[in-house]
Amino acid sequence: MGWLLALPFLLPIATGLFALGARRKPRRARAISLLGCIGLFIVVVIIFVRVVDEGTIAAQMGNWPAPFGITLVADRLSAVMLLLAGLVGLVVAIFAQADVDLRREVLGFQGFYQLLLAGVCGSFVTGDLFNLYVWFEVMLIASFALLILGGERAQLDGGIKYVALNLVSTLFMLMAIGMVYGLTGTLNLAALHVALAEVDQPAALHMLAVLLIVAFGIKAALFPLYFWLPASYHVPPVAVTAVFAGLLTKVGVYALIRTFTLIFPADFSFAHDLLLIAALLTMLSGVIGAASQYEFRKILAFHIISQIGFLVLGLALFSPLALAGSIFYMVHNIVAKTNLLLISGTARRMTGSFNLAEIGGLYRVSPVLAAVFFIAAFSLAGFPPLSGFWAKLMLVTASLEQAAYWVAAVALITGALTLFSMSKIWSEAFWKPHPTGEVRSLTSLTVSERIQRMLPTVLLVAITLGLGLFPQPLIQFCETAARELLDPAGYVATVLPSRGG
Amino acid sequence: MESALVLVIGVMVAAGVYLMLASNLLCYLFGLILLSNAANLVIFVAGRLTRAVPPLIPKGQEAPLEPVANALPQAMILTAIVIGFGLLAFTLALVVACYRELGTIDSDHMRLAEPPPKRGEH
Repeated sequence: MGWLLALPFLLPIATGLFALGARRKPRRARAISLLGCIGLFIVVVIIFVRVVDEGTIAAQMGNWPAPFGITLVADRLSAVMLLLAGLVGLVVAIFAQADVDLRREVLGFQGFYQLLLAGVCGSFVTGDLFNLYVWFEVMLIASFALLILGGERAQLDGGIKYVALNLVSTLFMLMAIGMVYGLTGTLNLAALHVALAEVDQPAALHMLAVLLIVAFGIKAALFPLYFWLPASYHVPPVAVTAVFAGLLTKVGVYALIRTFTLIFPADFSFAHDLLLIAALLTMLSGVIGAASQYEFRKILAFHIISQIGFLVLGLALFSPLALAGSIFYMVHNIVAKTNLLLISGTARRMTGSFNLAEIGGLYRVSPVLAAVFFIAAFSLAGFPPLSGFWAKLMLVTASLEQAAYWVAAVALITGALTLFSMSKIWSEAFWKPHPTGEVRSLTSLTVSERIQRMLPTVLLVAITLGLGLFPQPLIQFCETAARELLDPAGYVATVLPSRGG
Repeated sequence: MESALVLVIGVMVAAGVYLMLASNLLCYLFGLILLSNAANLVIFVAGRLTRAVPPLIPKGQEAPLEPVANALPQAMILTAIVIGFGLLAFTLALVVACYRELGTIDSDHMRLAEPPPKRGEH
């Protein structure tokens, strides 16, 4: 049992080390990396199926019983996040074969990419707060390397801002961990659920909550802590942006959901109010920032922020439907967002720029690319019957149920403004003729490059369509996952069997 | 003992944050060092401090006779120090690379990734 839950991070670490060793032979490193990603995907599918069948599974590393050793746990939320990490890891690895240049591969791109996946997957399976910090660091250092790999001037500039703000986040997290340990004497998440409920020091709890919200909020890019994201996400190769957008900020949101459902008491309304305000401002400021941009990737980067607001909104409302909506939104958003960034990379390959003023004519040259962009973008804006519609429907219904009408209003306004940005990209990049007329068609690329670029995109758009047309199984899954989160007794009983629940 | 150390931590955090707010990246780095060591000390205090009591269990006993400091936080600090050192070394190298490539360590003047809007642009 133990090996299965450890594989999601052991496999990428092993793959990464081999890929780093083979970095001077890029062809070999690529093959290793791709194989590793396929292996990782198989592993996360197995874990997902087992969790759906059996419920939460846990493993104690080194046979040290919890809370003394490091516990690995996968409940439904972890399982679906792992599945998404495996999926994004695989499709972006395929895309990167065409997109990342030889120089970056010799510098070790494939190795760092795998280590990033290890950090992400490790964060999703760990059941220990200090271990979560360690995985955050693995993820962070790999993302630093990927961000500045190649050393272009803009990359260094964006890198400094990314590094500076993310280091603050890890230090806040470390301090919070110290205080949690001082208060309770344990860092096991399940044991903390029991121990923190007995702590009768509201001042200490409030301070802890603020420290953790700031730490995870910086990672998740919550208002007003997100300024590193638009400063840095458009500087690395587009494959790197895609995997960052798909996974990194979502790890922050995952950590927020985990801490505020599992370790803090459920009636801790102080944190929920704080998160609600942050979520609404994040949604609005992100989407307004996007409206002011005129560069393909910068628009998408600002939309990442706005959608983080939706994810946190579900947590802040703290009802079963809202949390289920959050998880559904997470699935939809990771798939659609990664896809849009991959499409922006292909669009640049064909038109030569990310700047919307300098490009155009894609619809005429490549109706296929236009069609996939159309589906992904309108799904993001929440058009029925695409996946984003169901996600927003669940969140808006949840806010109406709690009579939070202004929350629903903000969500709908954000959706409308998202549509504005997406139609801007559509009309500029796809509809209007190219200013200089120099557009390459997809057929002018080699067959292998065409497959490497289009296969991931088509796969992701198929998932978006599938989730939109047949949302019921996923909605049911999300509702079960939300119930698990709101009633952690099962999670605690699995990790600490001696307590008998 | 604890309260003295807590005061020290408070001063270190204040000084660290003040330094990190400067636009000079070197100041930021010094602030980072202070803040990361303050975080390590927070964990250290969390394990409680007992002076001159080694965590030894006498023969025939199952627990130490008097309260001793918890050793686990000290192990965690070791991890945190190693990670912090790695991150600091990376950041220092990044600042040096920035200085070489961009010719400045003033973050206010680093506007390549986000160029200020020109007149007449969107």
